[in-house]
Amino acid sequence: MAQMTYMEALRDGMRMEMRRDRNVFLAGEDVGFFGGCFGQTAGLFDEFGKERVVDTPITETAILGLGVGSAAAGLRPIVELMFMDFMGVCMDEINNQAAKMRYMFGGKAKLPMVVRTPCGAGLSAAGQHSQSLEAWLAHIPGIKVVMPATPADAKGLMEGAVRDDNPVFFIEHKVLFGLSGEVPDGEYVVPPGKASVLREGKDVSLIAWSAMVHKALAAADILAKEGIFAEVVDLRSIVPLDKKAVLDSVCKTGRAVIVHEACRTGGFGGEIAAIIADEAFDSLNAPVKRVAAPDTPVPFNARLEKLYIPSAEKVVAAVRELF
Amino acid sequence: MEISKEILLGMYRKMLTIRRFEERAAELYAAGRMPGFVHLYVGEEAVATGVCASLTDRDFITSTHRGHGHVIAKGGKIDLMMAELYGKATGYCKGKGGSMHIADIDLGILGANGIVGAGQPISVGAAFACKYKKTDAVAICFFGDGASNRGTFHEAMNMASSFKLPVVFVCENNMYGISNYQKHHMNISDIADRAGAYGVPGVSVDGNDVIAVYEAASEAVARARRGDGPSIVECKTWRHRGHFEGDPAKYKDPEEQKAWLAKDPIPRIEAKLIELGMATQADIDAMRAKVSEEIEAAVKFAEDSPEPGDDELLTDVWAG
Repeated sequence: MAQMTYMEALRDGMRMEMRRDRNVFLAGEDVGFFGGCFGQTAGLFDEFGKERVVDTPITETAILGLGVGSAAAGLRPIVELMFMDFMGVCMDEINNQAAKMRYMFGGKAKLPMVVRTPCGAGLSAAGQHSQSLEAWLAHIPGIKVVMPATPADAKGLMEGAVRDDNPVFFIEHKVLFGLSGEVPDGEYVVPPGKASVLREGKDVSLIAWSAMVHKALAAADILAKEGIFAEVVDLRSIVPLDKKAVLDSVCKTGRAVIVHEACRTGGFGGEIAAIIADEAFDSLNAPVKRVAAPDTPVPFNARLEKLYIPSAEKVVAAVRELF
Repeated sequence: MEISKEILLGMYRKMLTIRRFEERAAELYAAGRMPGFVHLYVGEEAVATGVCASLTDRDFITSTHRGHGHVIAKGGKIDLMMAELYGKATGYCKGKGGSMHIADIDLGILGANGIVGAGQPISVGAAFACKYKKTDAVAICFFGDGASNRGTFHEAMNMASSFKLPVVFVCENNMYGISNYQKHHMNISDIADRAGAYGVPGVSVDGNDVIAVYEAASEAVARARRGDGPSIVECKTWRHRGHFEGDPAKYKDPEEQKAWLAKDPIPRIEAKLIELGMATQADIDAMRAKVSEEIEAAVKFAEDSPEPGDDELLTDVWAG
C-alpha cells in the first residue's frame, strides 16, 4: 500500500497497464509533453515516449474515431476527452460507432477502448467545463461507465477499464484530483460492475457516486450524532449497475436517498429510484428521495456554484424528511 | 502500368459480381423479400473494384451506407451478405445489422456505416494501428462527395496528414448527396483539390475506368505503405439508380443520366479485355452466366436460411 492522490492513482493505473501490454497507448489533447490539462498524465510521456503517449490536434471527432478504429484493428487505446462537456462534438463516435459496432456486426467486432474524461463542478470553470453527464452515457447500450470516488478505486477502475474488452468511460472528478488515500501497490484491478459499501448502517441507504460519495459520508457523520445510522453505498460503476448492492442495502434499511451532482431531471438517480420502487417496494418505509443539482447550467459565481452543488447539509435534510 | 491478365480478369469478374448482386437485390427488394432500405452501387463498380484490387487481406477498409460494392470487392462472401440483407441468422451480422452494417473484421472490412462521414475518423484509427504495430498494412476510407463536406473529413484528413498515417481517402464522387447536386453543395468541382489544404497529394480519375482507378489506387497505397502518409483519390462516377431503392431520382437530369449510362464501367472493361486479347465474347458470356449462377445460389441460401431466434435480441451487446 502507498499513500497517494486520486490523480497519482489513476496515472499509476495507466502506467501499470501500459507496462504490462504494449497494445495499450494513450492519446488526447496535451497528454504528452504537457502532462495533461490538470497533470493527469505527467511522467508518462517520459517513460513511454511519443509513440505511445500521443498528443492530438483539437479534434474530438478524430480522437474518438482514433479510439474506435485502433481498437477495432487490435489495439487497446486510452483516449482522453479533456472535459466531459465536450462529448457533444463526438457523440456519434460514442453512440453510433463505439457502442453499436459489436451488436450490429453480430458479435464480431471487439472494441476494448477507454475514454478518460474529467467531470464536475467546484472550480469556477462555468457552464461548459463543469458538467456531470453520466446519464447520457447510461442511456446508450454498449458503453460501460465507471466513476471512482477514492484514490484506490481510481487506480483499480482504471486497470479494470483497460482490461475490459468493451468501450468504457472512465469519468474522473476534477475536485477529487488532490484527494489523498491508501492505494494498493503493483497491479490492482477493479472490474466495472461492483459497488462498494463504504460505511454500514441500519437506518437509511445513501446511494452515491463520484464526488458526492464524500458528501454522503459527511452527512452520515452528522446523522450519527442524531442517532440516525446511514449506510453509504458507493456505486463506482454506473454501467454495469450493481443492482444487488443497492437492493440489499435498501431492503436492510428501508429508506433510500440517492445523491448525485448531475442535475435532477433525467439524472441517473431517477433510474435507481425506479429500480428500488419496482424491486424493493415492500421493504420501503418512506419515499425514495434524490438530492441533486438544480436543473440549470453550472453557474460561474463561486457562491452560486456552491449553492448548485449538493451539500452534506442537503443530504441530512433529505434524510430527516424520511423519519 | 502493366497489368496482368489475371488481375484484369479478376477485376472484371468482381465488377460483374457486384452488378449482378445489386440488380438481384433490387428485384428482391421490390418483391418485398428484404426489410428496411438498400442503397445500391449499380454503376460505381469500378471504384470499389479498382481500389480493392490493390489491397491485401491484411489491409482495412471503412465503407458507407452504399457498401455492398466495397464488401464484395474486398472479398466478402455473397451468400452471407444476401442472408444479412434478408435479416437471417446466417447473415454476416446474424441479421442484426442489415445492409448498412455489413462487416467482416477478418477481411479487414470495418463495416458499412449508416452515418455519412463516420468512416473517416475510424479509418484514421485503423491506420494508426497499422503504423503502431509496424505492419505495412494500410487503411482505405471510402466516402462520397456529400461526406467530404462533413467535419469528420476535415478532422480525419488533418490527423492523418499530421501523423503521416497509412490511409488512402477514396472519394466516390457520384455528384449527388441524395438529391443535392454537387454544384449546389460545395463551391469547388474537384474534391481532390481539398488534399492541398492538408499538404498531401490529391488526384482525380475517371471512376468508371477500372484500370485508371486501379493505377491511381496502387500508387496511393504504395505511398501509404512506404510511410509517406495519406492522399486523396477522387473517382468521378455516377449511380445509375436512386439514392435508395424506391427513390425515383427525379432530381437527376435525364440527359446527364443518359450520358453516364453510356460510360458504364462494365461494357468498357469488356471492350478492353477483348481489345487486349485477354478474353473473347464467348469467355465473357460464360463469366456472366457463372456469376449469375453464383448470385442465384446466394439468393437460395438466404431464402432457405432461418430467422435469428428471439434470444438473439439480447446477445452481443458486450464482449467478454
